[in-house]
Amino acid sequence: MTDLTDLGVAAIRDGVAGGAFTALEVAEAFNANVAAAQGALNAFIVATPEAAIAAAKATDAKRAAGETLGAMAGVPIGMKDLFATKGVQTTAASAILEGFKPEYESTVSQKLWDAGCGMLGKLNLDQFAMGSSNETSAFGNVVSPWRKPGSNAPLAPGGSSGGSSAAIAARLCPAATGTDTGGSIRQPAAFTGISGIKPTYGRCSRWGVVAFASSLDQAGPMARDVTDCAIMLEAMAGFDPKDSTSLDLPVPNWTAALSADLKGKRVGIPREYRMDGMDEEIVALWEQGKAWLRDAGAEVIDISLPHTKYALPTYYIIAPAEASSNLARYDGVRYGLRDLPDGAGLQDMYAATRAAGFGPEVKRRILIGTYVLSAGFYDAYYTQAQKVRTLISRDFTDAFASCDVILAPTTPTAAFALGENSDDPLAMYLNDVFSVPASLAGLPAMSVPAGLSSEGLPLGLQLIGPAFDEQIVLNAGLAIEARAGFGARPEKWW
Amino acid sequence: MSVDTATVAKIASLARIKVTDQDLEAMVPELNGILAWVEQLGEVDVIGIEPMTAVIPNTLRLRDDVIDADPLTGGNRRDAVLANAPAAEHGFFGVPKVIE
Repeated sequence: MTDLTDLGVAAIRDGVAGGAFTALEVAEAFNANVAAAQGALNAFIVATPEAAIAAAKATDAKRAAGETLGAMAGVPIGMKDLFATKGVQTTAASAILEGFKPEYESTVSQKLWDAGCGMLGKLNLDQFAMGSSNETSAFGNVVSPWRKPGSNAPLAPGGSSGGSSAAIAARLCPAATGTDTGGSIRQPAAFTGISGIKPTYGRCSRWGVVAFASSLDQAGPMARDVTDCAIMLEAMAGFDPKDSTSLDLPVPNWTAALSADLKGKRVGIPREYRMDGMDEEIVALWEQGKAWLRDAGAEVIDISLPHTKYALPTYYIIAPAEASSNLARYDGVRYGLRDLPDGAGLQDMYAATRAAGFGPEVKRRILIGTYVLSAGFYDAYYTQAQKVRTLISRDFTDAFASCDVILAPTTPTAAFALGENSDDPLAMYLNDVFSVPASLAGLPAMSVPAGLSSEGLPLGLQLIGPAFDEQIVLNAGLAIEARAGFGARPEKWW
Repeated sequence: MSVDTATVAKIASLARIKVTDQDLEAMVPELNGILAWVEQLGEVDVIGIEPMTAVIPNTLRLRDDVIDADPLTGGNRRDAVLANAPAAEHGFFGVPKVIE
């Protein structure tokens, strides 16, 4: 019999609907994998096996009663612990929120439950989604299920959605939610050999998602293939009056329009992404990607995104500035941790609470953000960055006048070892060099697995589309997926 | 521009984060490294460029002026609002005494 945990979203949904197996059997199989891997991978902060079982039983009962099943009925998923889940601890992987049990459900998670999903648990992440390796979590590192052949050295699953990426690659869940502020869906997807898409800014509601940088934060699905991502994105997206930047547009039927035929489409290759000293393996993979897309019928052309080199420094002004403002809410008064030293007044309580509750990277970003927004420096840093952001966005608008989709690497290297970059914030930031520009411009962007490095680790290719055109991103991703034939999976050691 | 220990202490105070002298010493070079790196933005010609306010053009919607239009975000939710407070007393958030 097939191992149910090898199945993806579409296969599980169709199998449950067709009666090949029950949703309960699926939930039990994934619950067992979650429990067995927790000690080694630490992908979950909280496991909720009973929630997965309850949702599965509801789906089975609906099917028995002949009721219409949701688009993801019977599919158990992992929920990044950045989404508020009613009655289930929601921490953003920070000690400052330990024990916080929301009284409400985020819009995105509610939509997934309404579509028939069950929750396997809350997935670990970088603290407040600030990081690229899942090493800033207050609940311990997530360990990638991937290893270099012949080595036991623990590798980073990427970040910030590192629990999501590790869990999907290790078959602890068929799909999971992610959030992407500067690459937090795409980079972990690339590191673990899975797919993930960040839709156009505003497609998925931010209501109930713990805020990091509100002008950049966008939720999206992570799964093992492009079709599963399309199905899940349809379930997650949609207008929400409770989010002031939610897009008031109908959700396209991306799944129905999936097509790997790119005839008549033009694929842009941004010359500025070809950087000095770039890893030759990444260059070769990129060349291979061009050949695959040509084979799918597309024309490949050179384009220019002149302000690419300024994207990362722009991001590292804007994101910390927004974070310093958003995280002002953690004050020890309304929810979360309170540290009240003997005899302390209100101001002392704030300062002690925030010192005890935030991790070093979060503090670093709050301080940078506070500095760049402070009187005398605001124009030199923040206003200048917002102007450069306009130029970066304009670069993309100009490029999309001559091409339909952009192909680029997702990351500059394959997964690095845990600890390798953690002492040097700048080295860690540089990991996001290819993912940040699309985030700053609010564009849909996806990573699909495309091959293995010489060391046997997954590498991803990234597709970036014009605003609102997730379809071309998914279609080009599908064209690569069909040709890459990426079937590699981590050898089970946990 | 670079920051010194006194400046970092001032920023930390503005951000309401208590830092030890030892942390301050460690943070100064880290923050200076990041600030020196972001300063390359100064070389970009931005004459006549408007700072970005929204990546996707959007207008701020106003909801209908109806009480409790959305029961979840409307009124009469006091107990839910206080449910996670570290110190809720008599239906209020409790804080240390602020008036002598």
